[in-house]
Parts: sequence; structure tokens; C-alpha cells
Amino acid sequence: MNKLSFRFYYIGLSVILMISLIISARVGAVNISYSDIMTFLGHKLGITQDNNPDSIQQALFFQIRLPRVILCAFVGAALSVSGALMQALFRNPIVEPGLVGTSAGAAFGAAFVFVFGSSLAGPFADFIGPFLLPSFAFIGGLVATLLVYRLSSVFGKTNVNTMLLAGIAINALAIGGTGFFSYIAKDPQARSITFWNLGTISGADWPAVELVGASTIIGILVCIRYSKQLNALLLGETEAGYLGINAEKLKMKVILINTFIVAMATSIVGVIGFLGLIVPHLLRMMKSSDNRFLIIASALLGAILLNFADMVSRILVAPSEFPIGIITAFVGAPVFLFILINNSRKQQQGGFYA
Amino acid sequence: MLSAENIFFKVDSKTLLQETSVSFEEKRFHVIMGPNGAGKSTILKILAGSQKPSGGKIFFHNKELSQYSQNEIARMRAVLSQQYNITFPIATSDMVMMGRYPYFKTVPSKTDKEICKKATAVMQAEDLMERDYNTLSGGEMQKIHMSRILAQIWDTGENENRFLFLDEPVSHLDLKYQHQLLQVAKDMCKRNITVIAILHDVNLSLAYADRILFMKQGRITYEIGDQNEITSAIIKDVFDMDSFIMNPGNGRKPVVVF
Repeated sequence: MNKLSFRFYYIGLSVILMISLIISARVGAVNISYSDIMTFLGHKLGITQDNNPDSIQQALFFQIRLPRVILCAFVGAALSVSGALMQALFRNPIVEPGLVGTSAGAAFGAAFVFVFGSSLAGPFADFIGPFLLPSFAFIGGLVATLLVYRLSSVFGKTNVNTMLLAGIAINALAIGGTGFFSYIAKDPQARSITFWNLGTISGADWPAVELVGASTIIGILVCIRYSKQLNALLLGETEAGYLGINAEKLKMKVILINTFIVAMATSIVGVIGFLGLIVPHLLRMMKSSDNRFLIIASALLGAILLNFADMVSRILVAPSEFPIGIITAFVGAPVFLFILINNSRKQQQGGFYA
Repeated sequence: MLSAENIFFKVDSKTLLQETSVSFEEKRFHVIMGPNGAGKSTILKILAGSQKPSGGKIFFHNKELSQYSQNEIARMRAVLSQQYNITFPIATSDMVMMGRYPYFKTVPSKTDKEICKKATAVMQAEDLMERDYNTLSGGEMQKIHMSRILAQIWDTGENENRFLFLDEPVSHLDLKYQHQLLQVAKDMCKRNITVIAILHDVNLSLAYADRILFMKQGRITYEIGDQNEITSAIIKDVFDMDSFIMNPGNGRKPVVVF
């Protein structure tokens, strides 16, 4: 096992994250120079005097580019932490929010709002409008996750095979439902559902950043408190019980928090797959399965990777943009397969990564 | 002292454990033996508090088990299972530290670290520290788990008796590891620990046990407090096997030959 300390990873990843945020803020349909970015930020913070503010560029930077980059970081963190949590919970390295129905369920809830939202909110649209999408995404995600969880739990024990199959079924159901909504939807809504199912950060604005940022930070802080218990779960549920941990209660708490952060992110950016699968994988191989480390480092690495993916999605077909979910799937799936094959070749004996 | 009063266990209409009362004297090595399906694991799980009995009560130190919190129970008893299925890479030292989880919130104290060191020393597993658990052999893995479990119930001078449950701990280990592990458990009896073990090997049981309980069809049918009380009639009745009892003399334990 490698000797570098956890702190080394935290600091290293934080530095890379800062750099990736700055690079990502620069590129896109309109390139902004680093000196301009510094001037804008300096001005905003009141450090420097603004001699000749380029108002269009500045507005672009603060109203579009910056919220997008920050939102992207939070979404990446949310999905990766969720992957780490789900893997610890189900004691299986191939679990992620997309697999156990959380994402598809949240997408279904959100699609419902896309189609019926205006009639649902009615005269109170101004008041409850902003909460409608996240709440329905949360309910959808929670129902789907709990269904998969209940179906795969017999006598209080989770059967992983049943879970994977139940996940497939519930996913199919939710995707079918989302498809039905887009079928009956009027054209602009349908387009928004399709785009959103592929994942897109283009809807970023400051309220979105606040919503996803708050939910992600709260979720992560709460989960860190459970990291020791999640570690014990590594031994198995009965064995964790011998260490004084109520595995059933722990599962319910973690599923709730996990669904909360995934649903908030999904309600804004849509379905982005594979990130939650790969980020914890990479970190486990690099350093450790300690869940405290995994949660913190997954947040950082997830933010970095999604930021790079988003950068690519903006550069690839500029000035238009590419759905980010396609990029994460195209990059993520082969990387995942590579890791899988590489490791099974390296050693036949031992655990999943041995 | 650990005792059970009128405990029984049923799943649907099938009775896995007939109503029984049994107690375990402190600082002794108790062994439970019996054929497959006799209810050994059931009674062990009930005694260790991980399975609620359908009826009856368990007492740890004359206080009912349900009156303790889960964490309090974790500080009083530890369980070593036959095999573990660990899916993720983990450092062996982290694994041993899990034994101290009931004692610290987020960061292990100096005492916790010292106890882990002592426990690994007792198991002679010091040279396995900082390895990836998944690269160990079966015997080495069990050494690590035993170190973890000893760390969990290590006596730090409170002078309170603790319980060590062993659920077929050596069934897949080679001869040397079998004896090493059981010898360590036996030595622990001197350190305020009561051992309750399920074993399959009669001769291994005779070598280490202070008392052997034989189970058959959900009930305790025989109980011997001295190795010399073993008879081929007991073996025949419990395991349905013909055998001879041999006495090597020179203070050695009797041996069952099949």
C-alpha cells in the first residue's frame, strides 16, 4: 500500500481542482484570457481598479461561465461521493447511482415536472416553481432506490445479484416512463427531456449553483460522520453488527442522504453516468478503501473530472455544445473495462482489485 | 458470567433451537459440538446477541442483554466467524483497528493504537501489517481477524469479564494455524476472557476445551466438564459414528479414533 498520506492527496487534488476550474473558465464559445479573468475577479473582490471593463465579456464570465464551472464541480462531487457511498453500502464495487435506479428515478420525476409542471404549479408558479423540479426529482429518485433496495433485501440482508436485476427492471421502468412523457410532450418540452436525459450543464445559473452546492456540501459533511460505520460494513452486515453498528439503520440514513444529493444534482443537469463508478475505483487503487478518504477525495476528483469533461463538451463542437453524459459514458465505460481487465490479469487470487 | 434462560428459536413452524437454559462460567474455554444443522450456529448467534431468540432471555453479568446498547455489547463480546468476504482492498492495520471502533468516534486514541499493536503481537501478525488484506493467505487473513477481535475485547484493567465467540474459526486452516489460534484463545482465558467456540474436530476440542456441550436436533444432549468423560457412546449418539477412545497417558488428553 502506498505511503503518501491522505493529506497529500487532499492538497494535491485541491490544487488540481483550482487549476482545472481556471482553465475551464477560460475556454468555450468565447475564449477569455487569464489576465481578463484575474481582472474580473480582482474587480469583483474590490482588489483592483477596473480601468476598462469589457462589459459583455464580464457579464459572460459572471453570468454564464463562472456559475457553469462551479456547478459542474459540485455535480461531479455529488455523483462521485454518491458512487462511493453506494459501493460501501452494497459492498460492491460496481454500484453507482445510475445502477440502483436513483438517477433514472430522479429523471422520471423531473420529466414529469417538465411536462405537467406549469399546470401543477398553477397560480403559485412564482412561489413553488423553483422547488418543483428538485422535489419531484428527489421523490422519483427515492422511490426508485427504495424499490430496488426493498426488492433486493430478503430477511434484512441485501442480495447483490437480486439488486442488480431489480436495478435493471426499475431503470427500464423509469426510462420507459420518461420516454412516455417525452412522447406525449409538446415539442420544446420533449427536446428538453431528451437533452436532459443525456446530461447537460448548459442550464447553469447562480440559483442552480446554490441549490446543488448547498445539498452537496451538506450531504458530504453528514456522510463523513458515517464513514467509520461504512468501513465496518466492509466486513459484512452481521460482522458490522458485532462491532456495535446497526447496519439497517445506517443503510436507511445513507440511502436518504445519497438520494438527496443525487436528486438535486440530477434535477439540474440530468443524467450523467459512470462518474460515480469510476472515481471511487481510481481512488481505491491509488490509495485506500477508507471511506473517510474516499468521500473527501471522491468529491475533489469527481469535480476535477467532470470539469474536464464539460470543457471537452464545450470545445468539441464550439460554438454549440455536446451533451456531457455522452462524454462521460464514452470515456468512462472503456476506462472501467480497462481497469477491470487489467486487474483480473494482474492477479487471479484475492479480492476484486487484488 | 453469561447465561441463557429458556431460550428457543423458531422459523415459521420449524424449531431450530428447542427451549433450553445454559450458563457459561467465566474465564473458561467452552466448546459446542454437534452435526450440521444441530443448532450450534443458532445458539451462538443468540448468545452473542446478533439473533433475537423467539423466546427467553440472555444475561451478560446478570443484566439482560436487551438493556445494553449495541455499542456496550460490542465492548463486552467479540465474534470470530469462519470466513470473511472482503470485496475492497484494505490495509491489514486498518482492519485490526476496526476492532477498536466501539471505543473511538473518528480518530483512534493512543491507547487504541497500543492495543492493536499488542493484539497483533499476541497473534504474531506484526510482519503482516501494512499489507493489503486481499493478498494474504487464508491462514494469514484469519490471524488478522483474530487480532481485530482480540483488540475489540482487550482487557485494559477494568477487570470486567468479556466474551469471545468463535464460530468454526479453524475449519479451513492448516494444522499449525488451528493450534496457534486455539492456543491464543485458551491463553486469553487467563486475561479475563470467556471463550465459547463451535468446533468440528473432536480431538481439537478435547485438547483445548474446559467443557464441551454436544448438540443434536436443536437441543443440548450431553455436557462434559472433563476430557476423560468422553465415551464412544456419546460420539455414536451425537454424530452417528463408531469410534474408540484412546488414552495416551503421560497427562495427555484422550483421543477419539474412528
